[in-house]
Amino acid sequence: MSGAILRLDDVHTDIAQYHILHGVSLDIPEGGVHVLLGRNGAGKTTTLRTIMGLWRARKGAIVFRHHDISALHASDIARLGIAYVPENMGIFGGLTVEENLRLASATGRFDKDRLDRIFDLFPAIEQFWDKAAWALSGGQKQMLAISRAIIEPRQLILIDEPTKGLAPAIIGNMIATFREIGRETTILLVEQNFLFAKSLGRGVSVVDDGRIVHNGAMADLAADEKLQGELLSLSMELQ
Amino acid sequence: MRDLVNRFGGVNALPVILMIIALPLVGSFPTWVTLTVAGLAMGMMIFLMASGLSLVFGLMDVLNFGHSAFISFGAFIAATVLAALAAWVSADSFVLNLAAIFSAIAAAALFGLLAGWFFEQVIIKPVYRDHLRQILITMGALIVAEQLILMIWGGNPVAVPRPQILSGSLIIGDVSIEIYRIFAFLLGLAVYIALYVTLKRTRIGLLIRAGVENREMVEALGFKVDRLFVAVFMTGSALAAMGGAMWAGYQGLISPALGGEIMILVFIVVIIGGLGSIEGSLLGALLVGLLGNYVAFIFPKLSLASNMVLMMAILLWRPWGLRPAVKP
Repeated sequence: MSGAILRLDDVHTDIAQYHILHGVSLDIPEGGVHVLLGRNGAGKTTTLRTIMGLWRARKGAIVFRHHDISALHASDIARLGIAYVPENMGIFGGLTVEENLRLASATGRFDKDRLDRIFDLFPAIEQFWDKAAWALSGGQKQMLAISRAIIEPRQLILIDEPTKGLAPAIIGNMIATFREIGRETTILLVEQNFLFAKSLGRGVSVVDDGRIVHNGAMADLAADEKLQGELLSLSMELQ
Repeated sequence: MRDLVNRFGGVNALPVILMIIALPLVGSFPTWVTLTVAGLAMGMMIFLMASGLSLVFGLMDVLNFGHSAFISFGAFIAATVLAALAAWVSADSFVLNLAAIFSAIAAAALFGLLAGWFFEQVIIKPVYRDHLRQILITMGALIVAEQLILMIWGGNPVAVPRPQILSGSLIIGDVSIEIYRIFAFLLGLAVYIALYVTLKRTRIGLLIRAGVENREMVEALGFKVDRLFVAVFMTGSALAAMGGAMWAGYQGLISPALGGEIMILVFIVVIIGGLGSIEGSLLGALLVGLLGNYVAFIFPKLSLASNMVLMMAILLWRPWGLRPAVKP
């Protein structure tokens, strides 16, 4: 795909003695939200962590804007403009909300317009600005994790299961927020909540047993209940 | 008000509570003051030695049993510098006396910086994320360092000259306080303030605090923690050597076993303070220093066990230590 911002080509990743990704090949088009779906243990998080350089690909290529990043250190990948929001949010609990954001800002200073936009999206960030992050609720921590990803202009944001453990009301707000962020940045979103994913995703890939088993438009998958049944209740027998 | 309680209340008030409890048990106010100042001075010196180890463990999960080598080398280098500057040490001049002690401390700290860099590059780097190998290789390095000390300074105890200005005691009424102890306390306090300001008010401090909590996330934000770790390791080694230099002046007579002996207290401080926490290290060091001095006076037979009992009690109460860097 010529408009791909990120391309994974036959990526294999091992964690200790376990072979987790068995040749993931994936094109992420530029702009909007692309969703990576799959059951527990299918390899979604491993895919994100491998892209981010937190786990090393044993084989295959990860090409970001025509540069192979598969051998780069996570810090170098981040400096290319890729942000990562892990499943556990990766908040520094001992730091204040402000310090968490300041750390994510390349210069240590804030762009006022960008910060104001974050305050508009997440009023709790302004409200708890000088409070220790460990004291925030789960939803507020998720807001802080996402704010950290957008405190600087990014080209690609990798987000791992942002709705996990969150109340439905917060998830509703998050859909609007991700739509807004997705207008200017490409988002690769790992999700298990299909309702959340289909309301956001432009494209969708389904991973199972460390391989991509479906690629396509989210609208097509959302309209095809039979395909949903096949893909979203995947079992080893289908491989 | 709430900030004030957070800052000085809770576990932070433990040293003060210990002082208050000790007063009626000691019985005599002048003796209590002498013991308290001795405890605070001892605590500050142990803090110097422990703070670096705590940060290194917290930031990189590295168990460095070789830390005591920096303490020993710092002590012996300070003793050598003070011996070489004997004319300044014994001069009837405030400036020359201070120049002598600060030269000794600076020489020890400089050695700590350089040796710390070498130690991290050669010994620690190959065994990241492997605790068993870390223990084995740093123990091995410690043995080599101790043999080097024996080779350079011999096995006999070495006398440490104390500058004129820091000798003797300050007498206020019935209270007698050793001047060197006041100096050790003030120097330790100055280092603590410098560390605190660096950690709380600078970007590098922010990175260190974040790295102690979640190293991987700091890297995912675009920072190379390995480089930061080298700087922290060098600083920790320099602080240990500085603490060793101060301890040498405090003891007056040092032997190659000094580092190993004091290391037990350093580990206790790091454990009860909470890994990766400068505030925790200070709190733990003050408690260890004060309790050691009070118990040695009130219940001499219990003095050896007192710090172990303190550690067990604190770990039963707060298994992660008093002020861990990462909230459990």
